[in-house]
Amino acid sequence: MRTLLASLVVLLSGGVALSTATDQFRAFTTEGARRIAVREHPVAIPPVTLETETGARLDLTAVRGRWLLIDFIYTRCPTYCTTLGSEFAQLQSRLVVPLTHHKLQLLSISFDPEHDTPPRLAAYLQRFHTSGSEWIAARPVNQDGLDTLEERFGITVIPDSFGGYTHNAAIHLVDPHGRLVEIFDMGNPGLVSQAVLQRLGP
Amino acid sequence: MIARVSHRSSALPALLFLLLLVPPIRTALEASMTTQMLVQMPLLILVGVLLSRAMPARLTRVMAGWDCHGITGFLLATLVGAFWMLPRSLDAAVTDPLFAVAKYLTMPLLIGLPFALSWQRMGFILRGVFLLELIATFFRLGWLYLIFPGRLCNRYLLDDQQRLGKWMLLIGALLFLWTAATLLWGRLDSFAEALPRAFSEDVVARHVNGDSDG
Repeated sequence: MRTLLASLVVLLSGGVALSTATDQFRAFTTEGARRIAVREHPVAIPPVTLETETGARLDLTAVRGRWLLIDFIYTRCPTYCTTLGSEFAQLQSRLVVPLTHHKLQLLSISFDPEHDTPPRLAAYLQRFHTSGSEWIAARPVNQDGLDTLEERFGITVIPDSFGGYTHNAAIHLVDPHGRLVEIFDMGNPGLVSQAVLQRLGP
Repeated sequence: MIARVSHRSSALPALLFLLLLVPPIRTALEASMTTQMLVQMPLLILVGVLLSRAMPARLTRVMAGWDCHGITGFLLATLVGAFWMLPRSLDAAVTDPLFAVAKYLTMPLLIGLPFALSWQRMGFILRGVFLLELIATFFRLGWLYLIFPGRLCNRYLLDDQQRLGKWMLLIGALLFLWTAATLLWGRLDSFAEALPRAFSEDVVARHVNGDSDG
């Protein structure tokens, strides 16, 4: 009888703990959890100063009044970032109307600021044959800024065995109030552009 | 005398625990998913198992009343184990200090210790269920880690995840072979040992008493 009671207590509290730990069995990975957390509680993006591919300074929180699609890259990257880059290139053509009307902005932020100087960022953009101001590549001007960005956006960067980095690549949507509201998986630009157009409205 | 025995038997788990706390050792073990799951975590569980020998007999007796056939301890160890198998728990254990503390406390105290105490009380069937479930878990997770195309942990690399998968399949296979060999060719007394203690000991004691009376 006592065993039954104790077992029930263990089962119940264990069930509650597991349910809490997985956001009601919806997220088993950190990536899944990050998406749910942002969707349910949008995160204010931090006031970090960036330097763009033209060498101009850009305060991240100053980009208000328009939607932002952000990805995190490093220009030496042979895999994810190239994919992310071509995905941004696809988004650029799919979302050409809001982009040219300055309702939307594409922004690639480097997490390897030491290497990714403005000329290298410009070369990264040229790889995807992009021109104009719809797609900006930028790097944080100091380590503090980079740390704040990684922490607030939930970016984990780890060195891989080939002298590069592995990172959780995704596309981040920031609303005109400067809040991170949604995170998209890579590999489906159609879905991303659809979601963005829906949020932008007519 | 009793105090000295329990003092001595608690030295080993304490030493192992302190060793796992040493920052360079902790960092080295947590640098790879494979060593965190297959070395660090099992050693933390082992701390709890060793600690069970240092438990005061009176406390163990009281706990036994709440743990008939080891069911409660089995459930507790399984549920806490399931929690630490979540990829996001593995990530958090490395990045979040609160989770790191929780891991170092719950793996010995809520997995190793209750499991070791309950194993003594478990019957043949529950032990079988546990072993089968353990083997199945190694196969399930190993297979998942091996074939999953993306990274499950943000902290760890894909080749690390796949290497862990291979190791888990190997361990699962070895556990299975060991269990099968024990069942097929195990000596009879190892079966008696697996039977509920109350049964085997009482029966043996009664037999012995009966013999001496007659």
